[in-house]
Amino acid sequence: MTWSRRARIPRSGARVASSDIPAGHFGPYGGRFVPEALTAALDGLDAAYAAAMADPDFHAELDRLQRTYTGRPSPLTEATRFGQEHCAGARVYLKREDLNHTGSHKINNVLGQALLTVRMGKKRVIAETGAGQHGVATATAAALLGLDCVVYMGEEDTRRQALNVARMRLLGATVIPVTAGSRTLKDAINEAMRDWVTSVDDTHYILGTVTGPSPFPSMVRAFQSIIGREAREQVLEATGRLPDAVAACVGGGSNAMGIFAAFLEDPSVALWGFEAGGDGVETGRHAARFAGGAPGVLHGARTYVMQDEWGQTVPSHSISAGLDYPGVGPEHAWLHDTGRAHYAPVTDAEAMDAFEKLCRTEGIIPAIETAHALAGVMRLGRELGDDAVILVNLSGRGDKDVATAARWFGLPAVDESAEGR
Amino acid sequence: MTSLAEAFSRSRAQGRAALIGYLPAGFPTRDDSVRLMRAMVDAGVDIVEVGLPYSDPLMDGPVIQAAADQALRGGTTPADVIAVAGEVAQTGAATVVMSYWNPVERFGVDRFARDLAAAGGCGVITPDLTPEESADWAAATEAHDIDRIYLVAPSSTDARLRTVSAACTGFVYAASTMGVTGARSTVSDAAETLVLRVREVTHLPVAVGLGVSTGEQAAQIAEYADGVIVGSAFIRLVLEAPGIAEAESAVAGLARELAAGVRRRRIDAGPVT
Ligand SMILES: Cc1ncc(COP(=O)(O)O)c(C=O)c1O
Repeated sequence: MTWSRRARIPRSGARVASSDIPAGHFGPYGGRFVPEALTAALDGLDAAYAAAMADPDFHAELDRLQRTYTGRPSPLTEATRFGQEHCAGARVYLKREDLNHTGSHKINNVLGQALLTVRMGKKRVIAETGAGQHGVATATAAALLGLDCVVYMGEEDTRRQALNVARMRLLGATVIPVTAGSRTLKDAINEAMRDWVTSVDDTHYILGTVTGPSPFPSMVRAFQSIIGREAREQVLEATGRLPDAVAACVGGGSNAMGIFAAFLEDPSVALWGFEAGGDGVETGRHAARFAGGAPGVLHGARTYVMQDEWGQTVPSHSISAGLDYPGVGPEHAWLHDTGRAHYAPVTDAEAMDAFEKLCRTEGIIPAIETAHALAGVMRLGRELGDDAVILVNLSGRGDKDVATAARWFGLPAVDESAEGR
Repeated sequence: MTSLAEAFSRSRAQGRAALIGYLPAGFPTRDDSVRLMRAMVDAGVDIVEVGLPYSDPLMDGPVIQAAADQALRGGTTPADVIAVAGEVAQTGAATVVMSYWNPVERFGVDRFARDLAAAGGCGVITPDLTPEESADWAAATEAHDIDRIYLVAPSSTDARLRTVSAACTGFVYAASTMGVTGARSTVSDAAETLVLRVREVTHLPVAVGLGVSTGEQAAQIAEYADGVIVGSAFIRLVLEAPGIAEAESAVAGLARELAAGVRRRRIDAGPVT
């Protein structure tokens, strides 16, 4: 038998041909660290995914749903006042994933995986969710395609994203609050994995981001890369050139990979991922995996993980449920180490400041996850100056966050019953 | 100190399956975990599996999760786990560690194998590590003479059984069912089919775990497997006991029942390769 040798990390900036890296790996990251019971299902998923990608009918069906159901292509909006007043005059372009059906980029991945579920002949889907956007998208696709749907959600998140819990239930999904551990996204993923080990014969696990065992990181990236393909064309058309920087928030990292993917081969375009700095990285209460974590294994992949000196996962903290996760997609780990993308933390306070500024200058209420990217853009604008063109993934809308935001800004409380008290 | 090979050849010579008992180190406390595991051995457990408590045990059901949480709250570290394994190994029972991968990697792959060997442990079961990701682990375990035990499952293809079994030393861990750990009222037929399929591809002993909790089930499994693995059923007794003395006698009682079970194996069960 042959033991696969892990690829070495090339020096910063080096480009690596994908053939250098064993399948399912990004440099030393990624891979499959799962109970053997799941290996057959992951192999089956690999095969079904490859067959679907080679099948024009699959693409035609996905394309039809994207146009007629999601509402793609999503527009590109120039944020003129936000750029002038808060980003040192930089030209800021918003890729409007908030206008997708269900309100975020999550639907792009879900429709792809839901169609795969039908192709694999499975009748039930499960999902984890943090902010609830992935859960809502999965419940939506399940209703559309006639699948049973169970969504695992940390109990803490069912409280802070109560609106989305109600939406999932209206759509016919069963929402199971998870009371283990930190009661957030990490624990929801554990529970979804436990369900899947038991139910894998008739169930597909629609993982919501570019994390987890191979092939999820590559597959989810592929389904999300429509964001970058559209945005690249739209920016070129609007400005006649490539942007100087592309920015996105990074929870697991799917909206970021989706928009980065189209620009990886454009060395003039800086790629920036903004993670949740919580109360500040120095306080230990954050979800900054690059600033405050180290390489390790979590949820089936090798990647950067927030962990203690003994390899126990450290709970993360963020005002944003969708970024409140101690791991990150393995391809981001690789882009970080090679220097192709840069990552920086944004605190709760900075994110909420950017949230308010976008509301007041553009009439757009962003998701709090997305507000982290907007705070990053304000920094980039100051750094790059008024000649700069900055493209940002407006990954979702903020309806789900109005109760949290009202509390943060000291506004009269939103109807208590809407907060699931 | 006993190796896995010695433990299995001893039980085989007696015409029975080996009994393998699992408890997490540090549960309910560090010293009491040693006391409970020693009680298991005194009552007839052949091989002890010392669990390394981990924050995200995604192969485990609620019972083992609760025990791991308690051990972690008590501050149990990998170094403690290795020390506990060493103290248990002094009983003469073959002693292995069961650990999710990240704590091993963080501790240092070579250091983990070296320290465990020095303490007297003889193997490690890694439920979320696959042979494909094991280059460093294979080298470390070879260097320090530690057995590597991977899991196979009812869903494993024949090709996969061959790959995983070839990567194992000591024994092959056959998961009786598609699911997480936890006692079940019946052990599925899938277990026997799986063991027979594994025998096609390896001469290593094959032990069955997941869901075993009674002497009756142990006797059934002992008819076709070389080892019977019991974990959650022990932990449940400890969680339910009012104090450590009661926990100890309950654990010993179950171990005796299971030890009798693995000895009830029919003589005509067929030759063991
Ligand atoms: C609007 C929005 N943006 C971003 C995220 C973070 O996920 P990812 O990093 O996978 O894009 C979420 C997750 O829930 C989300 O709802």
